[in-house]
Amino acid sequence: MKRAMLSMAILVAGTVSATSGEIAPEDVVFKDGAVETPLTDKPGDPANGRKVVGTKKLGNCVACHQVSEMSDVPFHGEIGPSLDGVGDRYTEAELRAILVDAKKVFDGTIMPSFYKTGPYIRPGKGFTGKAPDGPLPPLLTAQQIEDVVAYLKTLKE
Amino acid sequence: MKNRVTLKGAFGVAAAAVTMAAASTALAETAPPIKDLIINGEEKMIVVAKPQPGVSNLDMEYDGWLFRSPETQALQMDDFENPGMIFVEQAEEMWNTAEGSEGKSCASCHGDPSSMKGVRATYPKMSKSLGKLATIEMEVNNCRTERMGAEPWKYTGGKMVAMNALITLQSRGMPVDVRVDDSVRANWEHGKEMYYTRTGQLELSCANCHEENYGERIRADMLSQGQINGFPAYRLKNGKLNGIHARFKGCVRDTRAETYKPGSQDFIDLELYVATRGNGLSVTGPSVRN
Ligand code: HEC
Ligand code: HEC
Repeated sequence: MKRAMLSMAILVAGTVSATSGEIAPEDVVFKDGAVETPLTDKPGDPANGRKVVGTKKLGNCVACHQVSEMSDVPFHGEIGPSLDGVGDRYTEAELRAILVDAKKVFDGTIMPSFYKTGPYIRPGKGFTGKAPDGPLPPLLTAQQIEDVVAYLKTLKE
Repeated sequence: MKNRVTLKGAFGVAAAAVTMAAASTALAETAPPIKDLIINGEEKMIVVAKPQPGVSNLDMEYDGWLFRSPETQALQMDDFENPGMIFVEQAEEMWNTAEGSEGKSCASCHGDPSSMKGVRATYPKMSKSLGKLATIEMEVNNCRTERMGAEPWKYTGGKMVAMNALITLQSRGMPVDVRVDDSVRANWEHGKEMYYTRTGQLELSCANCHEENYGERIRADMLSQGQINGFPAYRLKNGKLNGIHARFKGCVRDTRAETYKPGSQDFIDLELYVATRGNGLSVTGPSVRN
């Protein structure tokens, strides 16, 4: 437990500077389960968003969610709800909030927080099992979040 | 599953319309299809058991075998098909081979491996010779260094896991009966805390996957309850027998966390706790997994 505290302290102390025109993870504003302001100036690219959702090393969303439109990607998980029709169920701002930090939208959810920098307990360096060299970047970049939001908006009933 | 998805989806609509805060954290655990595990057509295993009160939030304990495909299940139903048995045979040879400065083998002190009956069912436990909470691996290495004058084996090494499989086999079918008395209570509490702590950048706890979502698929893998009564486990994926701590390490790594070391006090405590979550299930190791 001591060690966890220590790494938390490091993470809190460390600042992650965002590229200009991007909102840094710690500056994202949540209001009523939504994040209104896009994280970047560049509009989201749904094609790249689709790639992020289906790729193990990126969002790996299909580890937990089934998406019918993505039947070319094998093995979809069933831990979370199907993402079919999610573009109808939520506004863009709500989807952005779920992506940035699902725990701020669904209390205690198992879904990872994709745009935050901690604090974490025993953070590791990717999937190596080793301690990180420094502060960890968020799981997805600001642009990747916008791209995934753009892709999810295409998932209509 | 279909129902639940619709339910959650519907909930999403309602929640989105009002405010989405504090939406469903409903458990999605699903019981596996219940089948009999009878090994060699005669040894019937207890694969479903009632949990002890106060240990976990499980309604029922299920052996990890129940969650596997029929093909993988079949391999464990016949010792001639179970690739883990090859390692048991190798361990039988090691059992009888004298090593170290004392010129002794396991057999010199313990006689036949059948003298180990009951060991797997009750470990980890407070060890008389070590004076602390011990795993089977620790006892084996204690015999090697203190009684045989031999080098200790690597905690997760091939020889250690094989010997563990031989010892485990002697208890096959017996219900796991790991006790927590005052001497190990603090270890157990620590293990329990670890089990429910969300670690790593993915912030996942053992419970997130193995208590709240067993029976559901995470990508291609059907999540089990993460029970350890079937260890050591022969995995088709890596073609060898795997010990408990090696499995723990892999699971912790998958949360994008800094792992604990096999043989560390952390993992020993976690093993004690996880063992008690499976009390009442049969010792089924060496098992076969994908
Ligand atoms: C470890 C599992 C897991 C991963 C990985 C995951 N999610 Fe989720 N997600 C969930 C769960 C569970 C819920 C339901 C909320 C709850 O009840 O906790 C959810 C809810 C959602 C919702 C709301 C769906 C609805 O119908 O209400 C969206 C949208 C979503 N996730 C998108 C994503 C995207 C996009 C990714 C990847 C970038 C992702 N998720 C990764 C588990 C996960
Ligand atoms: C991200 C999800 C996830 C987390 C978190 C996780 N595991 Fe696992 N675990 C798996 C998967 C997938 C498997 C392989 C399929 C199965 O048996 O569940 C597995 C298998 C196991 C097994 C082997 C079970 C068997 O019958 O062969 C054990 C034991 C286990 N996990 C224990 C743990 C413990 C203890 C923790 C916490 C330190 C943990 N797991 C955390 C996903 C997870």
